[in-house]
Amino acid sequence: MAKLEEQNTVQSLGFPRASGIRPTALALDAAAESRPVPVRAKLPRVPRGWAFELCVYGATGAFGALVVGLFIELLWSSRLSIAAFGMSFLWTSEWNPVTNQFGALPFIYGTIVSSTIAILIAGVVGILSGAFLAEFCPQSLSAPLSFVIELLAAVPSVVYGLWGLFILAPVMRDYVEPLLERYLGFLPLFSGTIYGVGMLTAGVILAIMIVPTVTAISRDVMAAIPQTQREAIWALGATRWQSFQMVVLPGARAGVFGACILALGRALGETIATTMVIGNRPAISASLFAPGYSISSVIANEFTEATTQVYLSALIELGLLLFIISVIVNAVARLLLWTIFRPLEN
Amino acid sequence: MREPKRTTPRHLRSAAGILVSAFCAGGVAVILLLILGYVVREGIGAISFDFVTQLPHPVGVPGGGVSNGIVGSGIIVGIAALMAIPIGALTGIYLTYFGRGTFAAIVRFLSDVLSGIPSIAIGLFAYTVLVAPLQHFSGFSASFAFAILMLPVIITTTESAIKGVSRELYEAALALGVSRHQAIMRVILPSARSGIITGIVLAIARVTGETAPLLFTAFGSQFWELNPNNPMAELSLQVFTYAISPYKSWHEQAWGGALILILIVFAMNLGARIILKPKFR
Repeated sequence: MAKLEEQNTVQSLGFPRASGIRPTALALDAAAESRPVPVRAKLPRVPRGWAFELCVYGATGAFGALVVGLFIELLWSSRLSIAAFGMSFLWTSEWNPVTNQFGALPFIYGTIVSSTIAILIAGVVGILSGAFLAEFCPQSLSAPLSFVIELLAAVPSVVYGLWGLFILAPVMRDYVEPLLERYLGFLPLFSGTIYGVGMLTAGVILAIMIVPTVTAISRDVMAAIPQTQREAIWALGATRWQSFQMVVLPGARAGVFGACILALGRALGETIATTMVIGNRPAISASLFAPGYSISSVIANEFTEATTQVYLSALIELGLLLFIISVIVNAVARLLLWTIFRPLEN
Repeated sequence: MREPKRTTPRHLRSAAGILVSAFCAGGVAVILLLILGYVVREGIGAISFDFVTQLPHPVGVPGGGVSNGIVGSGIIVGIAALMAIPIGALTGIYLTYFGRGTFAAIVRFLSDVLSGIPSIAIGLFAYTVLVAPLQHFSGFSASFAFAILMLPVIITTTESAIKGVSRELYEAALALGVSRHQAIMRVILPSARSGIITGIVLAIARVTGETAPLLFTAFGSQFWELNPNNPMAELSLQVFTYAISPYKSWHEQAWGGALILILIVFAMNLGARIILKPKFR
């Protein structure tokens, strides 16, 4: 049978093309090199095969070059600062445009602290919300609730910033932070002057911004756990919560962790909302109530005012730093998510 | 048969756990409503016919609007879309019907990575390649930054939309004797159209709300500016500038601008869902 087929295709390939008989069995390979069939109906014109392929490969190549070029350009533009400060840029805290002395530590500290607060809040709330949507809530409620939570991800960050500055910051100043100080004031984290704007407020706004990411991905990851596994443990007498704890969560662990890291990456690079509520003071303070500064907000605030080349270069180096951090964070997150979704695709 | 007991500690714990998770999901939804509610409450007063048709007024002069910002956003985002759609869609096609092996994996990885890179870093890139060498801020440099931000969204959605079209359709087209590019252009793309359009709308919605890269690309302008080679006003940038200003009247304008911005972005998100619905669910 196979031999017959082989014979047929060989023969049909041997026919001159003009005969109009097309080798269907080998169409997949042959079509790539064949001329377009004459089409009589009025169809939109299509570029010729080679032009189309050129476009596809050209666009893909351009895209790849763009991403690589992005990194190289940022690296090249920050050469002055790299040459002047070297690695000490990362752990000195003097930021003085007058003496051209630049150290990024307060900004790195602010970015890490505000993002950590954000992921601690958003991680817990997001995973539980995802669990509710995937495990516990009735189908009819799941879709609209998911939709509302995903809309939260579409709110522009400047709107979050505006809301954070005029609504959330006063609430934090008048109610939340005094309460924290009263009950947890023995910790240095929750003591000190209360301003309203500061690390904690920035962390809370960031948490609101990234919670849809954690929720949506953990919901998908949990929904991907086979139903039979749940049924097996229910048959053993487990409650819904126990099936979540013992079957769904362990199975979805890598993916949920990936969701959190992806969200963390978003928090690390968020600029506008952070700039509006973090307080913009380059100081390292133990108190979460105190104003701080983040990498992205210092770029946003000072870039257009940078007067010297070294200053500009130092700010671009901060951008490069954000770039490198986010590449690492995202690569880790994608790897974790792959381990969950890859087996499903194949 | 005896009814199983439902009030054992583990059943209570289960009920409590479900209640807490419901509370979290509900709380997140309530926060969205809170934000929307405040934006509408504070912003509705600022919105008037003048607000969307007038230029900004100096501090102290009552009235004024954000018309130049709305038009500027349209121009900047429009040019960005013109740049990003062809490259993004073609790269998406590459990933489905052309790319195999390592290079395709690299491209997919780059797209994933690019989607996570902070917009401010991309703004810096646009600054170093288009603003610094030309020595002036421009709407076009903002479009360039926005196009880069749109690319990963378009690539991913195009890829998944095309993957949603069954491969048999492609093979059937080839079997009828058409060439590969004709099969893709006339059979696959039309079938995947709604998915691709959804991706484009979502990408546009994403950059419309974006502010950070504009600070040192479009820069902002108080005037009516239609030439993308000059510094341009942009709605979200205006909201930011007004919000961090010390003036009460500007704060009101910021809320008004935020309301318009959120309406545009939500309309696009809802629109994308409506386009997607008939074919893919």
